[in-house]
Amino acid sequence: MTDTPVLSVRNLVVEIPTRHGVLRPVDNVSYDIQAGEILGVVGESGAGKSMTGNAVVGLLDSPARITSGEVLLSGQPIQNLRGEALRRLRGKKMGMIFQDPLTSLNPLLTIGDQLTETIQEHLKVGQTEAQERAIAALEEVGIPAARSRIDSYPHEFSGGMRQRVVIALALCAEPDLVIADEPTTALDVSVQAQIVALLKRLCRDRGVAVMLVTHDMGVIAEAADRVAVMYAGRLAELGPVREVITAAHHPYTAGLMASTPLASQGKERLRQIPGAMPRLGNLPDGCAFHPRCDYAQDSCRANPGPTLDTCDGRAACWFPLNIKEKSEVGA
Amino acid sequence: MADIQQDIRPSRLHRAWNSDLGWSFRHAPVAVASTFVVLLLIIGAVLAPFIAPHSPFDPGSLNLMNGFTPPGQANQFTGDYFLLGTDDQGRDVFSTILYGMRISLFVGFAAVLLAMVLGVTLGLLAGYLGGWTETIIMRVADVQLTFPAILVAMLIFGIAKGITPPEYRNEMAIWVLILAIGLSDWVQFARVVRGATLVEKNREYVQAAKLIGRSPFAIMLRHILPNVLNPVLVIATISLALAIIAEATLSFLGVGAPPTKPSLGTLIRIGQEFMFSGEWWILFFPAATLLALALSINLLGDWLRDALNPRLR
Amino acid sequence: MLAYIIRRIFQSVLVLLMVGLVAFSMFRFVGDPVDNMLGQERTQADIERLRDQLGLDQPFVVQYWRFLEQAAQGNFGLSYRQGRPVAEILVERLPATLELAFVSGILALVGGISLGIFTAIRRRGLSANVIMTGSLIGVSLPTFLIGILLIYLFAVELGWLPSFGRGEVTRIGSWTTGFLTESGLKSLILPAITLGLYQMTLIMRLVRTEMLEVLRMDYIRFARARGIREKSINFRHALKNTLVPVITITGLQLGSIIAFAIITETVFQWPGVGLLFINAIQFVDIPVMAAYLMMISVMFVGINLIVDMLYFAIDPRLRVDRTAGGH
Repeated sequence: MTDTPVLSVRNLVVEIPTRHGVLRPVDNVSYDIQAGEILGVVGESGAGKSMTGNAVVGLLDSPARITSGEVLLSGQPIQNLRGEALRRLRGKKMGMIFQDPLTSLNPLLTIGDQLTETIQEHLKVGQTEAQERAIAALEEVGIPAARSRIDSYPHEFSGGMRQRVVIALALCAEPDLVIADEPTTALDVSVQAQIVALLKRLCRDRGVAVMLVTHDMGVIAEAADRVAVMYAGRLAELGPVREVITAAHHPYTAGLMASTPLASQGKERLRQIPGAMPRLGNLPDGCAFHPRCDYAQDSCRANPGPTLDTCDGRAACWFPLNIKEKSEVGA
Repeated sequence: MADIQQDIRPSRLHRAWNSDLGWSFRHAPVAVASTFVVLLLIIGAVLAPFIAPHSPFDPGSLNLMNGFTPPGQANQFTGDYFLLGTDDQGRDVFSTILYGMRISLFVGFAAVLLAMVLGVTLGLLAGYLGGWTETIIMRVADVQLTFPAILVAMLIFGIAKGITPPEYRNEMAIWVLILAIGLSDWVQFARVVRGATLVEKNREYVQAAKLIGRSPFAIMLRHILPNVLNPVLVIATISLALAIIAEATLSFLGVGAPPTKPSLGTLIRIGQEFMFSGEWWILFFPAATLLALALSINLLGDWLRDALNPRLR
Repeated sequence: MLAYIIRRIFQSVLVLLMVGLVAFSMFRFVGDPVDNMLGQERTQADIERLRDQLGLDQPFVVQYWRFLEQAAQGNFGLSYRQGRPVAEILVERLPATLELAFVSGILALVGGISLGIFTAIRRRGLSANVIMTGSLIGVSLPTFLIGILLIYLFAVELGWLPSFGRGEVTRIGSWTTGFLTESGLKSLILPAITLGLYQMTLIMRLVRTEMLEVLRMDYIRFARARGIREKSINFRHALKNTLVPVITITGLQLGSIIAFAIITETVFQWPGVGLLFINAIQFVDIPVMAAYLMMISVMFVGINLIVDMLYFAIDPRLRVDRTAGGH
């Protein structure tokens, strides 16, 4: 724990001013990612997980903006960087992978063009060297016959292959941090596992820190070392994947686990969490989850929303589960 | 079933007006200003016989001595006063503009109405019936779209002029203009309506109406038409500006409204002759009126398109 | 790709046949061609002979076919008004229109694309908004008013440029050019701006809309996330994608310059085919109208074909999908 984490997010708040008041899609979120570690960020759509990733790389669409908190990249604050300074970091220090490989690649440029352009933007290398590195990057992500396919256009690849190209693009300038925003969601199930395995391998081989944003608990269980569960813009739970899966402290995490078909969990019936996540415009008082929580008590409504510190830095809950006896979830 | 529909429809329109469109209108000063200008000009045109200080096309009331009176000054021979001056014949420019606007607006509205009825009908038929009907209609539309509308209008005008006996040509000119501009402009409507019809045709409620045994005619009119009204309204507004400009252009080129029934374009054509000799007002005021009319309708159409299509922010 | 081009050529021929039908119908049904061609002193024998010669008693399809044959050879008969072969008049007038259209086209294209990019990139900037508002006035301003305004400013008030005609022209074979003399070039300026301005505004607005659309795409976002320079994002990644849809419409716009030249030529008394066409309409000179229609259709169809080929050259997706698609 003496190493400076590659990415350290401290009390990050993102706000969007609207006609009906200020929304907070990311509210007081903190976490670290070490080199060679995969942090899974999970939650329903609208929970603020993608917004967190975009905030880190400075790609928030206006009018959304960071209003307080810090983003430290290898100890350096970057949340206030703009323009040229920020551009130099993108690609070079932090790479990003988007959800849909079909739309992430420029259809009119060959993948070789897109790779060499990125490489030459950040590394001081010549045309031929860049070309060689591009081929190496493609080989690394498992594109067969990379040398002959480098002049192909994106539409000549299948969806899974395109996502590999996207990963190669994100990694080709050798960043320390990769933010993967739902990298498997748009892919066929059979391909999803390959991409997850690829991410894991790259993380291990290169010692890259990975922030894996997804709504799929299965992907998290498969790939992540630690997991951050988000609900309505806040962190609900943060901890090592094994522990969170086997003994969730936050009722929301428990509900999420119970509603996910995990191969390791036998043949229990899947359960749903009743209701839907509240819209950011009208969050309930107190803990944002209490209207859907089986364990909610009057104090959940009355007290201000709990933070991670209310429960050993693990769960934001006044009445965490599985604390005394580490029994099975939902037993 | 029918009762429920009748209950829903007016309230939906009402709600739309009160919320989004109405809100957007109240918060768009440009839209409010252009509406004001358009309404002012339309009222001026409609009430021309009551507002105009002179009746410029009654030869009996004209005095050649009044010719070339500058605006805002009394005539040096007769002492008569004209707000915007007079032309070579001693016609009051203000009055000719009011009457000219009548022709311009009438031709514009009538032509757009013709184009709209034609385009919407053909678009509905093409989209709903498909098959040969669609092929023929859309082929013709494609061919016509290859050519600029103004050229098509000129051609139709030329042909119609050739068919009309010479002694009726001046009288028929206005109607020929409407026909020419209307026929040159239906394609836009047809394409949009056909596209929307293709989408609506497969919706459950249309399928349901079919199953109940409603006639295709009733389905098109009652179910599909209301759903394509928004884009049609936008196109109609923009078409109106285009039609007014087209009419002015044709008249300016001498293939439109005759000098005996001048539109704004004809007035500009007449005024152009006096540009070199310094009687600028004969040209300037009709030109400025035309510009104000076309610009404010365009601005209104622009706003309407944005307001009805949130994707364009 | 070959199949696609063949299909497009087939469609083009279909368009020309339809236009030919319109032109032929004008000949045949607008007024009596025999009446139009023969003067006042005609005998019944003259009428019979001409009727026979024109084949007016033949079936409609046969007449149409003969008309197409003649048209393909550039033979449209005599102008009712001037009594000279229509083809001869057209060839004489064509250089003036083509030179004017060429200069305006370049102006519209270069100005429209660069202003479109500028206003898209600086979407919230003051100058971009001023240009956008100006363009709306430009769209509302009828071409002939722009011409009159320019004449008033530069010819009447300032006296810098001529207000009508082509100036001094040089003859090169059967072509006359105004490019080689000072007065010829000076005369070209105002008409070229008049004709080009409207098209320029349209192209500019189109480029802006398309470019804004493209700038919202995922691959632009991804390029940003990779730290690609703004310059490269705008001009390499976005521009190329913008140009694909822009090319089709722009091609058609450039084609319509030739048609819009009618208006400009009238304002500036420019001795081209447009002025000829307007005079033909005023005097119901059917052969000239028909010939002009056919000529301009051939040009339009040609431009459309070229645009289609360009499309293939720019978009690799079309190149591959069509050949490998297999249907």
